[in-house]
Amino acid sequence: MAEHRTVHRRRATPTTWLLRAIVVGYLFLLVAWPLSLVARNALDGGFGNVQALLEDPDVVHALRLTVVVALWAVAINTVFGVGISILLVRYRFPGKRVLSALLDLPLSVSPVVVGLAIVLVYGGRGGWLGPTLEANGLQVVYATPGMVLATAFVALPLVIREVVPVLEEVGMEQELAAQSLGASAWQRFRRITLPSIRWAVVYGVVLSLARSLGEFGAVKIVSGNVLGETRTATLVVEEKYLNFDKAGAYATAFLLALVSVACITVVSLVRPKEGTR
Amino acid sequence: MSIEVRNVTKRFGAFTALDDVSVSIPTGSLTALLGPSGGGKSTLLRVIAGLEVADEGTVHIEGQDATRLPAQKRDVGFVFQHYAAFKHLSVFRNVAFGLEIRKRPKEEVRERVHELLRLVHLERFADRFPSQLSGGQRQRMALARALAVEPRVLLLDEPFGALDAQVRKELRDWLRRLHDEVHVTTVFVTHDQEEALEVADEIVVVNEGRVEQVGTPDDLYDHPANDFVMRFLGPVTQLGDQLVRPHDLELLAEPAPGSVPGHVVRLSRIGFEVRIEVATGDQVVLVTKTRPEVRALDLQVGSPVHVRVGIEGASRVVSSGGVAAAVG
Repeated sequence: MAEHRTVHRRRATPTTWLLRAIVVGYLFLLVAWPLSLVARNALDGGFGNVQALLEDPDVVHALRLTVVVALWAVAINTVFGVGISILLVRYRFPGKRVLSALLDLPLSVSPVVVGLAIVLVYGGRGGWLGPTLEANGLQVVYATPGMVLATAFVALPLVIREVVPVLEEVGMEQELAAQSLGASAWQRFRRITLPSIRWAVVYGVVLSLARSLGEFGAVKIVSGNVLGETRTATLVVEEKYLNFDKAGAYATAFLLALVSVACITVVSLVRPKEGTR
Repeated sequence: MSIEVRNVTKRFGAFTALDDVSVSIPTGSLTALLGPSGGGKSTLLRVIAGLEVADEGTVHIEGQDATRLPAQKRDVGFVFQHYAAFKHLSVFRNVAFGLEIRKRPKEEVRERVHELLRLVHLERFADRFPSQLSGGQRQRMALARALAVEPRVLLLDEPFGALDAQVRKELRDWLRRLHDEVHVTTVFVTHDQEEALEVADEIVVVNEGRVEQVGTPDDLYDHPANDFVMRFLGPVTQLGDQLVRPHDLELLAEPAPGSVPGHVVRLSRIGFEVRIEVATGDQVVLVTKTRPEVRALDLQVGSPVHVRVGIEGASRVVSSGGVAAAVG
């Protein structure tokens, strides 16, 4: 397809320069400057702050917990996200539009509400399903499963919103061709569908990962915020900030931001240019 | 019979795409499903391939009941209008796909793929990706891919529809020659009557979900079953209440048995042929002649002339159109 696409660029006029200046200024004031200040505060006096942080076993536990929760949430969202995307694009069924609208809900509902909702269903005392689960030895709320659940909920649409348009664009013909060549449903998925959507999946996974690492509101309610047990990195930031440990708060925030920025940078470097996939 | 379609009906919501269709396609033949867009011919092809499931009726392939068989078990090669190339695989891997699915030994796959790429004149392009090929090359690759698994039948859905006129003509000749070499039972869908007449051994005319007529190109052209087939297969004009081909009409200077008097209202030359419009009463009849014939008659706009169906056994159908009622 790439050879058919010719790039037309308008000549840069004073108006374009003005528009560029506005966009750059806006992004600088809103994103770049504040983030760079976090980095500067964190690295105030060298890597000492960060190093001190990594020597605190509670913080290390929190970081590890954050990673574990994020990875689980991303894994769940990837499997379900790809599955739901295929369902939405390839099949017709009653209630499809309702489902599609519902999938955007996590983006519009405040994470705090998500946390409360999960407590209502899975809470060990008085939850709708929680007591039954707890009687069978699975504690959800105030434990890792609940935090994974809350994080997965919040990041749910990210994989789907990346994969659905690509699936729509790719169309069904390649899958039908594979089918007529003898490929079973699983072979078609693995050999045709998955390779055609792989970049969308990678991008969705990275967005979900960045979002999951930074989740705060829902996790705060569901985790119970117990030091050394269910406290995640974002909760550490808040705790340190409220306790006037500014250096620690900035250092932790810096680590979180660093991972997210790294994720997105790596993907934009690895991802092929638009139109060549 | 290689393909036996019996009483197949297929509906999409309120729309009936196929209405009680029965067709038999003989082994080893090259058959065209011809008809206007939206007439159901592609649906029929997809029902044969198993890409659509018929609501009623049965499909047999080489004597086996395939009605409930999923597409991947039908042993059918399918070629799509827009090629359906696997974009992430090289030309070689595209053609090898069906063989890899069937877990054939690597050595055998390589030999077979190279043999097929030679057949479709793409051996130099084995390592390219589909995006680096022209439309005609992609379609030849798709054909090699479908042939690789040695299908019992080869189905092509408007295979040349997305190509420009020049390439379309080349591929058309090439498909005919390929079929003479490979002999696999082949069915292709087209809305281009010239393509069907030129390439096919047998033509099935499909319109509004029904089969209008089945026959050889000559049969259909010379003995159309009804005025739809007559109109669809070539140029027609109306003389009295009859539909006839413009080149089957005779122009005479003097009245003769069966002739109708009129006068020339328009002459236009297209290449070697001349189209003459003759007004007879309230009808304008189109006649095509060669230039020497027109010169011999010394025809000008306004010349009086007599028209009749000149050729014995010329195809004609009594028209069911409104004009005939007015005249007759």
